[in-house]
Amino acid sequence: MSKSINLMLNGALVEAQCRPDTTVLEWLRGEAGLRGSKEGCAEGDCGACTILVSSNGPGTSRHYQPTNACIALMGQLESASLITVEGLSVLNGTDHPIQEHMAQNGSSQCGFCTPGIVSALAGLLHRNPGPGEQDVHDALAGNLCRCTGYRPIVEAALAAAKETQAQLPEPGALVAKPSVGTPGDCEFILPTRLEELIALKSAHPDAILLAGGTDSALDVAHARARWPKVIVTRHVGELQEIAERDDVLRIGGAVTWEQALPQIASNWPEFGTLIRRFGSVQIRSMGTLAGNLATASPIGDGAPSLIALEAQIEIAGPQGKRKLPLEDFFTGYRTSVLKADEVISAVEIPLPSPEQIFSVYKVSKRYDQDISTVCGAFRFTMAGDQISACRIAYGGMAATPYRCKSAEAIAIGSRVSPTLIKAVQKEISNTFQPLDDMRGSAAYRATVAPNLFERFCLELGGVKQEVMSL
Amino acid sequence: MNKHAPVDHETMSQMLEREVVGIGHPHESARSHVRGEAIYIDDMPELPGTLFVAPLMSPIAHGTISRLDVSAVEAAPGVVTTLLARDIPGKNEAAPIFADEPILADGLLQHVGQIYGAVVANTFAEAQAAARLVELETQALQPALDIAAARETGETTCPTQRLNLGDAATAIDQAEHVFDGRISMGGQDHFYLEGHVAYAIPGEVDEMTVWSSTQHPTEVQVHVAMALGVRNHQVDVQVRRMGGAFGGKESQATIIAAIAALAAKKSGKPCRFRMRRDADMAATGKRHGFDAQYRVGVDATGRIKGLKVDAYANSGHVADLSGPVVTRALTHLDNCYHIANAEFTGVAVKTNTVSNTAFRGFGGPQGMLITEAMLDDISRQLGLPLNEVRAVNYYGPDTGTLTPYEQEVTDNRIRRVVDRVLDLSQFDARRQETEAFNAANPVLKKGMAMMPVKFGISFNLPTLNQAGCLLHVYTDGSVHLNHGGTEMGQGLYTKVAQVVAEVFAIGLDEVKVTATTTGKVPNTSATAASSGSDLNGAAAYRAAQEIKSRMLDIAALEFSCEASNIEFSQGVIRHGAKSMTFAELAKLCWMKRVSLSATGFYATPKIHWDSANLKGRPFFYFTYGAAVAEVVIDTLTGENRCLRADIVQDCGKSLNPNIDLGQVEGAFVQGMGWLTCEELWWDKEGRLRTVGPSTYKIPGSRDVPPQFNVEILSDQPNAEETVFRSKAIGEPPLMLSISVWLALRDAVSSISGGRLTANLDAPATPENVLMAVEDIKQRL
Repeated sequence: MSKSINLMLNGALVEAQCRPDTTVLEWLRGEAGLRGSKEGCAEGDCGACTILVSSNGPGTSRHYQPTNACIALMGQLESASLITVEGLSVLNGTDHPIQEHMAQNGSSQCGFCTPGIVSALAGLLHRNPGPGEQDVHDALAGNLCRCTGYRPIVEAALAAAKETQAQLPEPGALVAKPSVGTPGDCEFILPTRLEELIALKSAHPDAILLAGGTDSALDVAHARARWPKVIVTRHVGELQEIAERDDVLRIGGAVTWEQALPQIASNWPEFGTLIRRFGSVQIRSMGTLAGNLATASPIGDGAPSLIALEAQIEIAGPQGKRKLPLEDFFTGYRTSVLKADEVISAVEIPLPSPEQIFSVYKVSKRYDQDISTVCGAFRFTMAGDQISACRIAYGGMAATPYRCKSAEAIAIGSRVSPTLIKAVQKEISNTFQPLDDMRGSAAYRATVAPNLFERFCLELGGVKQEVMSL
Repeated sequence: MNKHAPVDHETMSQMLEREVVGIGHPHESARSHVRGEAIYIDDMPELPGTLFVAPLMSPIAHGTISRLDVSAVEAAPGVVTTLLARDIPGKNEAAPIFADEPILADGLLQHVGQIYGAVVANTFAEAQAAARLVELETQALQPALDIAAARETGETTCPTQRLNLGDAATAIDQAEHVFDGRISMGGQDHFYLEGHVAYAIPGEVDEMTVWSSTQHPTEVQVHVAMALGVRNHQVDVQVRRMGGAFGGKESQATIIAAIAALAAKKSGKPCRFRMRRDADMAATGKRHGFDAQYRVGVDATGRIKGLKVDAYANSGHVADLSGPVVTRALTHLDNCYHIANAEFTGVAVKTNTVSNTAFRGFGGPQGMLITEAMLDDISRQLGLPLNEVRAVNYYGPDTGTLTPYEQEVTDNRIRRVVDRVLDLSQFDARRQETEAFNAANPVLKKGMAMMPVKFGISFNLPTLNQAGCLLHVYTDGSVHLNHGGTEMGQGLYTKVAQVVAEVFAIGLDEVKVTATTTGKVPNTSATAASSGSDLNGAAAYRAAQEIKSRMLDIAALEFSCEASNIEFSQGVIRHGAKSMTFAELAKLCWMKRVSLSATGFYATPKIHWDSANLKGRPFFYFTYGAAVAEVVIDTLTGENRCLRADIVQDCGKSLNPNIDLGQVEGAFVQGMGWLTCEELWWDKEGRLRTVGPSTYKIPGSRDVPPQFNVEILSDQPNAEETVFRSKAIGEPPLMLSISVWLALRDAVSSISGGRLTANLDAPATPENVLMAVEDIKQRL
């Protein structure tokens, strides 16, 4: 028997009757009859479908976060509260300040991206009442506009921030059902405890394990796959943990990038910058660290930094928990040691010490919201002017994120010098046989990867050597 | 009845008292946009029984269909029918110029993504799912996947074009210096946010209404009628707005609309056909990539004595608009420079890729990029600043005013915009700062460059330069405006409404622009070539003047005065102490049985074109602009960024400075995308692998230059008699972005102290910049 999906839509309780693997956008434009949100890409990259979501799970933020409705699935949003562009003006009886300013200053031309941009910026003003220009760019990283050149949009956001903000309704206090949908046809199971999650995964090894879904949900949103059974991780309490203890930062398996960002950025500012770049706020508010690792993508941008930072991955299964260095987690192109009945329960990153110098660089065609051509992460531990320990990890250079131990060995025990840089670069070049693809040629990757190490060494002096630093 | 002076350009441009025109009114749909209330075709509520269409697309680049079985598709849940070439009752023909492009591929597949059939189902998801069940067997043929391969086959899609003036060969031979060079530039996807979509609704007997996201309703109408085998009057095509177009919906909408109409005809139900992003990018045309070679003879100052250019455009598998695109490329190779001896050849080569099409600039950007790359090379070879080489070549009294196609350059504003932008940007001082920065920084290198633009306004083919308007005034004084132009976000509806409101001296809110439809204004041209407001604004002006003159007659009778003594202002009609409102006068006209409806028609004067020899006066006038860009590159990675851009753009006497500003900024950023981050990438099988925003990167908000100064010459009336002496704005500023690309070449060149030309093609992705850096280091 089918169980409907409960959610709050623009302040009203709704029981959605659709299959839980329906995308939120299809439901909004179909059953809910709200066609302000647009489909521009169906892959979470253009932002025309942006809505605001408060997921209302245990430990999750009750703030509204911008979300791509085109790749979010209805079963994921059981018990959540949604606000669409239609709701922003209706709820207040007048246009939201961002709507007012955008209507006045030429922020829309064709208007198709506009509802998504309105939602994204309303979300920004909701969580940050005093944004600066870079905050606005960050908020817009997941929204494309092909007409305006963005200048008026950025100005509208800054002007709207100076006004009293419209109040968004308090998120509803709905409690998630244990499952939604129809068993045998399409069922989303929403466990709340880790033990329960593992039992379910053991009982249904073929079920899809769904965290943020920013990668895997493309199969549904884009390729029209149908999912008979899905186990959702986002309601599991134990997986929501973010804590610093015993000299590690522990990030639970259902923690989103957006939730983890403040603590990561305060410990490793460069890693924070990378996280802001590799996923828009829409993606970060759904996507999880664990999901990013579990897909075992060779270009997953989380892994190189985490490997360079000596992160451990904790895996939970019927036999209990095990921990291993992240670099040992990946076994090949999109494969890992994770068994069918196991889940990633946490990632642990040793907290930084004063002797450590870390940085990470991502090279891509566009600065924001792009997939890496090459990503290089580096950490020196210094003893005086000697490198006492060194970690070098790359993404985009091999079938898996890769730790370059042979190059590290050359650096250890040496001082930073042009000779050392050359020697390490040569070893990095010898290590990889990268591929040609749409993001870059093998020759380009082979040139850039060692150059990123050179940049790291040049920046040890404290001066940034990147075009974005100007 | 007392007749008034005929409506003509004099009155149109001499009207100096302006109440509505020239003011920066917001876009007419701005409020609806921000509320999500603006309705695009996919947002229209479905009529009962509406079916949904998904395309069947070629998996191979070139080959024949040996077996095609749709029985599994038709048996799939929700499927109502399928559509193949054999199901077309009329002609299977979609080409805008030649008859070389089928709506549905019939036997021969010519590129990956070509549509050969369609699935019609109860839901969109069912149609898409069923499309995967098609059984297709093919026999592969050798594909030509790029310009180089196509030049080997020698196949073209339309005749080679030659534009000659003087004797280039001799002039080059006799010149002090002769330089040879080459340049290659990629294409560009339009990436309109709203993908192609059409909604076809069958009516009685042979009637068909088609809502189409098109810049060219008439072309859709004609092809739908041909495909259905009915007369044009059976088909009504409508479009209220598009979610962006940029040229991508000029000819490309035809196939989508025709398939929707054929599906509606076959099923007897309303059918909606929306292309999702990946299908849209795989199946529909883009900006033409070009390869070009040049040989130029110059004197010691860089003055061009003779120039020979061979330009090869990647046409894709059929001609589409490639012929006119090549024409515009050849007629913009001169840009702002007088070239007395020219030998320009343009070839549209045939490749097994999607058919390339119109895109903002329409060959103009490609033509100019060739010339600017060449001037960059000349200036470095001669050791002269680029701007000095330009200065000795600008059209003017010291050089000459005749273009290679033998149109005189009049009302020349090149020096005005160039001098102003050099001043605005403090070019000389900042150039020195840039050099100082480069001397002090081994890794990051800056570059700076200016770009002047002269762009010809009018369709090259004179026939297309016509427009119509239908205008009604109702008895409450409200005005219903309909014209042949389409709204794609560029603000055309707003501008034309301003023109009408100005003539009647009423508030802009009194004028309602209604969805463009072939049923109200027939036989229209595409809204393209930057001509929308020039053509439709003028047609609307005439319709409004016609009605106004009838209203004046009635007012004159009522006031017992000469019509010439009556004033229209701010919604009130006055003579001395007597007055009435516009609404009262409208009602009075009705009572006196005077028609308050009129059509307006406009045909651009003075233009003519010999398309066989590429000679004549194709352009009514030129629009000018200039930009300065400052960039920085990272010599370790090739990452790059535009730090500042300064722009001066000629808009004549602007109809709406805010809308024009939006066009300038948007075009510049879009052009930057073409020349930097946007890269179309095909694999070895000819599959375009950049078919979504995750892999095809258009500029984001952070890519816009942090310092971005735009100055509009808004009060420089057009010397030609355009509507209120305004100028076209849609395309010209796109080419200002070439300043960014030239600045990137300058930054690479700085590694050689500015001595060597960077081997940098377009787009200047980080990869291409780094490769150019490595190359120049090898040549030091």
